[in-house]
Amino acid sequence: MTNIFKGHPGIGDEVTGEALVASDNFSARYDLDRIKGIFSRPQHKLCGQSYDGKILILNAAKGGVATAWMLQEMVSRGVAPKALILNFANPIMAQGAAFANLPMIDRFEVDITENVPNGANVKVIPETGELRILLTEANLICS
Amino acid sequence: MQLNDYEQEMLAGEHGQAKQYGMQQVLRVGTFFDAPNTVEIAQVHLMADPESLGVSGVEFLEGLATTPEADRTVVVPAVTDPRGVDLNAYKKLGQTDGMADLEIRATAAFRSLGFMMTDTCINYQTICPPVLGEHVAFGDTGSTIYANSVQGARTNFEGGPSALAAALTGRAPRYGYHLDQFRRGSCLFDVDFRPKDLSDWGALGAYVGREMASYWEVPVITGIEDTPTSDEMKQFGAALASFGSTPLFHMIGITPEAHDFKAVLDGAIPKSVKIAKNDLDTLIKSYMPSDDKLDVVVFAGPQLSLMEMQTLAEHLRGRKISNDVALIATTSPEIKYACDRMGLTEAIETAGGMVLSGVCFYQMYAREIGEANGWKRLMSNSAKLVNILGGYGYEPMLASMEACVESAIQGRITGDAK
Repeated sequence: MTNIFKGHPGIGDEVTGEALVASDNFSARYDLDRIKGIFSRPQHKLCGQSYDGKILILNAAKGGVATAWMLQEMVSRGVAPKALILNFANPIMAQGAAFANLPMIDRFEVDITENVPNGANVKVIPETGELRILLTEANLICS
Repeated sequence: MQLNDYEQEMLAGEHGQAKQYGMQQVLRVGTFFDAPNTVEIAQVHLMADPESLGVSGVEFLEGLATTPEADRTVVVPAVTDPRGVDLNAYKKLGQTDGMADLEIRATAAFRSLGFMMTDTCINYQTICPPVLGEHVAFGDTGSTIYANSVQGARTNFEGGPSALAAALTGRAPRYGYHLDQFRRGSCLFDVDFRPKDLSDWGALGAYVGREMASYWEVPVITGIEDTPTSDEMKQFGAALASFGSTPLFHMIGITPEAHDFKAVLDGAIPKSVKIAKNDLDTLIKSYMPSDDKLDVVVFAGPQLSLMEMQTLAEHLRGRKISNDVALIATTSPEIKYACDRMGLTEAIETAGGMVLSGVCFYQMYAREIGEANGWKRLMSNSAKLVNILGGYGYEPMLASMEACVESAIQGRITGDAK
């Protein structure tokens, strides 16, 4: 099993945490109840789940421009993901991550949503664009 | 990313804290997207409603607003997207004094930075339409896709922090839709009918948008023979951008960069995705609820043009909206003033509707006003609005303006909508 995935160099600082993974897309305005810290869009695969403190791994940035402000607003209240990992970011995600200094990586060599098990303990290294699955006992059982 | 001497000075803080912030943001985003350098932009359109900003965002703006005037003032014409609170109507809508206070503080900060508070998402129709080849920094998906596609201007989605950076520095990173190679078509859609209502144009945009894998796809549309109106393009583009995160489309024989297939497609013409009227009917029906209960009808997202306001006023003139249903239309301050002068506001309000100025429904704390007023079932002729509001706790459905108005009058979903 591959444990290191290479993407484009990203934004923000190195961080480690639990992955919350789905093949769906992402927009802070369209998909989240930011007060409760959960996904709220009924059609989203993560609807009802908390994203607070998770390494959020999703497919592509979608929706409007509000996310560019909202990521920082979420970080400021302490109810935010630890990092955003996407197959394809758009400028809004990058602008929001840069403004909030929220770690983000995209453009991996593989479909990252297909390669990281939900719940895995992962390390995000934006400077080199790497995501590493840490081989804890739980991850080995998961994989 | 290469910066010239002046840009290096801004980055080093030699021209003040505001411009330093601006260059830092330009550099971070430009580096992420491998921009070789910057592009000077001619005008800025900035989205910063108080719900998105939050307290921390407003405090950030207030911090910039206290720096010396010469350092903090925008260097290109800069206008604003809809605000979140119409101060003449917020109490009636169930918005709080806290929301109004945040709105007032944000507005004061933007004025201090030199922004013109146009409070509109239809600046491309009503303020200063950009022209072919003009580099701009537009910060609403609807204004971006219209400027890129219909007007041939060049911009990426510039969300609030980056539109602000562009206004303070006069620059944006040179990547994406500023560059010729990113503006080539990547997929082809063949439409074998002409959408009738604005809601159909929105549904067409939604259909194409759902097919888009990422921001970098550029759909090319063929089969539309009669040139759409500005409002039809507006609804199509706003829905496409909303569903697809798509900032540019080409319409063969209609949009300025798409004289023919060769002008926008490289190599052999790709196999097209056929779109028939039935496909849109299916999409619209997917939002149809199982009963006819109705709480609120909203015309917004994008704000209505003068022509749309006139059509709405004519639908409502001499009629009475059910006491069980709220009807809201949002437009820009300039168009609202025109509607007041022309008697359109009076026609809508006499029928029981509300005309809100300088706001847009989904940017007005939509979740909170829905809960305050008990609104859940919502009708709109805007596919963009329907797409957004599901996540805000609404059960939204899409129908023509005529069907929306008829339902508001009957107090239940009725007419063509059923």
